[in-house]
Amino acid sequence: MTAVAIPRTFRLRKPDITFRAIRIWQRNRDVYFNIWRSELIWPFVEPFLTILALGVGLAGFVEIEGYDEYIEYFGPAMLAVFPMWSATAECAWGSFVRLDARTFDAAISTPVSVDEVTTGEILWASTRALIGVLYVMVIVAVFGGISSPWALAIIPFAVIPGFMFAAISLAYTAIARSTSSLNYFFATYVTPQFWLAGVFFPLSEMPRWVGVVAWFTPAYHVVRIYRGVATGHVEASYLIDLAWIAVVGSAAYLLAIHLMRRRLIK
Amino acid sequence: MTQTTSQRTAPEQVPAPDIIAATGLLKMYGDFAAVNGISFAVRPGEFFGLLGPNGAGKTTTIRMITCVSPVTGGELLVDGMPVQEAPREIKSLLGVVPQENNLDAELSVRQNLRVFARYFDLPSKEAEHRIDEVLNFFQLAEKQNDRIDELSGGLKRRLTIARGLINAPKIMILDEPTTGLDPQAKHLVWQKLRQLRTRGVTMLLTTHYMDEAEHLCDRIVIMDHGKIIAEGTPRGLIDEHAAEDVVEVHMGGNDPAPVMNELMRHSDLRIERFEDILYVYKPRDSVFEPKRIEGLVDRLVYRRANLEDVFLKLTGRALVE
Repeated sequence: MTAVAIPRTFRLRKPDITFRAIRIWQRNRDVYFNIWRSELIWPFVEPFLTILALGVGLAGFVEIEGYDEYIEYFGPAMLAVFPMWSATAECAWGSFVRLDARTFDAAISTPVSVDEVTTGEILWASTRALIGVLYVMVIVAVFGGISSPWALAIIPFAVIPGFMFAAISLAYTAIARSTSSLNYFFATYVTPQFWLAGVFFPLSEMPRWVGVVAWFTPAYHVVRIYRGVATGHVEASYLIDLAWIAVVGSAAYLLAIHLMRRRLIK
Repeated sequence: MTQTTSQRTAPEQVPAPDIIAATGLLKMYGDFAAVNGISFAVRPGEFFGLLGPNGAGKTTTIRMITCVSPVTGGELLVDGMPVQEAPREIKSLLGVVPQENNLDAELSVRQNLRVFARYFDLPSKEAEHRIDEVLNFFQLAEKQNDRIDELSGGLKRRLTIARGLINAPKIMILDEPTTGLDPQAKHLVWQKLRQLRTRGVTMLLTTHYMDEAEHLCDRIVIMDHGKIIAEGTPRGLIDEHAAEDVVEVHMGGNDPAPVMNELMRHSDLRIERFEDILYVYKPRDSVFEPKRIEGLVDRLVYRRANLEDVFLKLTGRALVE
């Protein structure tokens, strides 16, 4: 018999994904159902307080051109950024804990492949984004931030940016060595998007470079689309934002697959 | 392969194909050969032991067999399939019990098994049936709704092995299955493993405990620095590499010189000194009389040679960090 020596093929192989990715999603769902009571309050409290403080408290002092009420401006953006937090956190803290606890090592010792682990994690985090957008939708609607029935389309759509945010996050987590390195990720990537990606005020009010930087952040494009859809003003230029999300989401997904292989297959 | 009557009457003529076969198996990490061209074969239904000090390459070998570490060179077949080409098919035949517990702390005992059953695509009805079976087999049924962190070390280990059985594997891969267990828990695990072996499951075991290997394994290989340095049955290795009797000479604070003088008069003795103990390996027909040195030492211990003597002889007494 001839010796079969094919080193490094693992790295170059195309993604090995079947329906089994759902098995990882199901595992995470089971855990969520075990702890749903403790998961109930946080995704509600944070958006509620933010929207209360800004939409009722600050709103009287703010006027944004083209919008009757401040909540109509920043409310739809809340639908983008809070689910961004949910999906990102799930694939950062959540996935890191599972990496550390060897949950994935256990899974890949079965017919589940490492690429299916990666995919299942991202799909679950996308689901968390979907759960998140439901909460925020109710709160924003109650405070009067939704003025078009088109806004309902945002609910199913939320899994797409959720997927992108999750893939970016998991790609980072795959190279994170400790939970403190995740802090850097949130401090330098997530939090700045929350405050500066055109969520609370138009970027035209800021120095020009902020707007340029913002264009390169994922949240910026999600916010633009949601704001338009929630107020019923859909522009063709949103196709560019959609394309941006599709390209970055796909690239991040492939990167996450590559880096998770490197992390788990040695 | 078809089984014929003539085969049954003369099985030695057509041996069953090896269920795990490594030929020149190589694993490099950069310039370092963790597994350096080893060849071995495990026969179906066999209890096969992989021994060696830390860093010998046992776990790396196991990781290649379980398809979670790419092979650098050589050939590795599991149930006739190359690991590079059929990882899913191979993994569906295996029950893997890793060195470190990786039970899911966020799930209950039963949920842990259910999640695993899904990884193997067991239909849910069959899965629930299998779960009950393995829970009963490992006497875990009462604990099925417990959280993982409520379990003792022995229970966690039993659950990890039970989890490895969820797909009714053809081959069990056990990486140090009893490390850290108390004697009661260890003996229960041994009993269960023996029971599985009688059901025809092939067992591949790594262990640091020579009594475990001697007790469980039909055949073992000893690895060191990525290579296989000995292979055989436990008894065969003892006969081949260790003399039949061992006298442990505990020196205490005594001067070793007169003792050594006495021992050196017998050319058939093999003597090893480790700290304050002399290990004297003595063939049964040797005329050496240990009583003659009794007055010169602190204490003498007589015993039969065991696998640990073989292991230490072959891999050295120096500590592996």
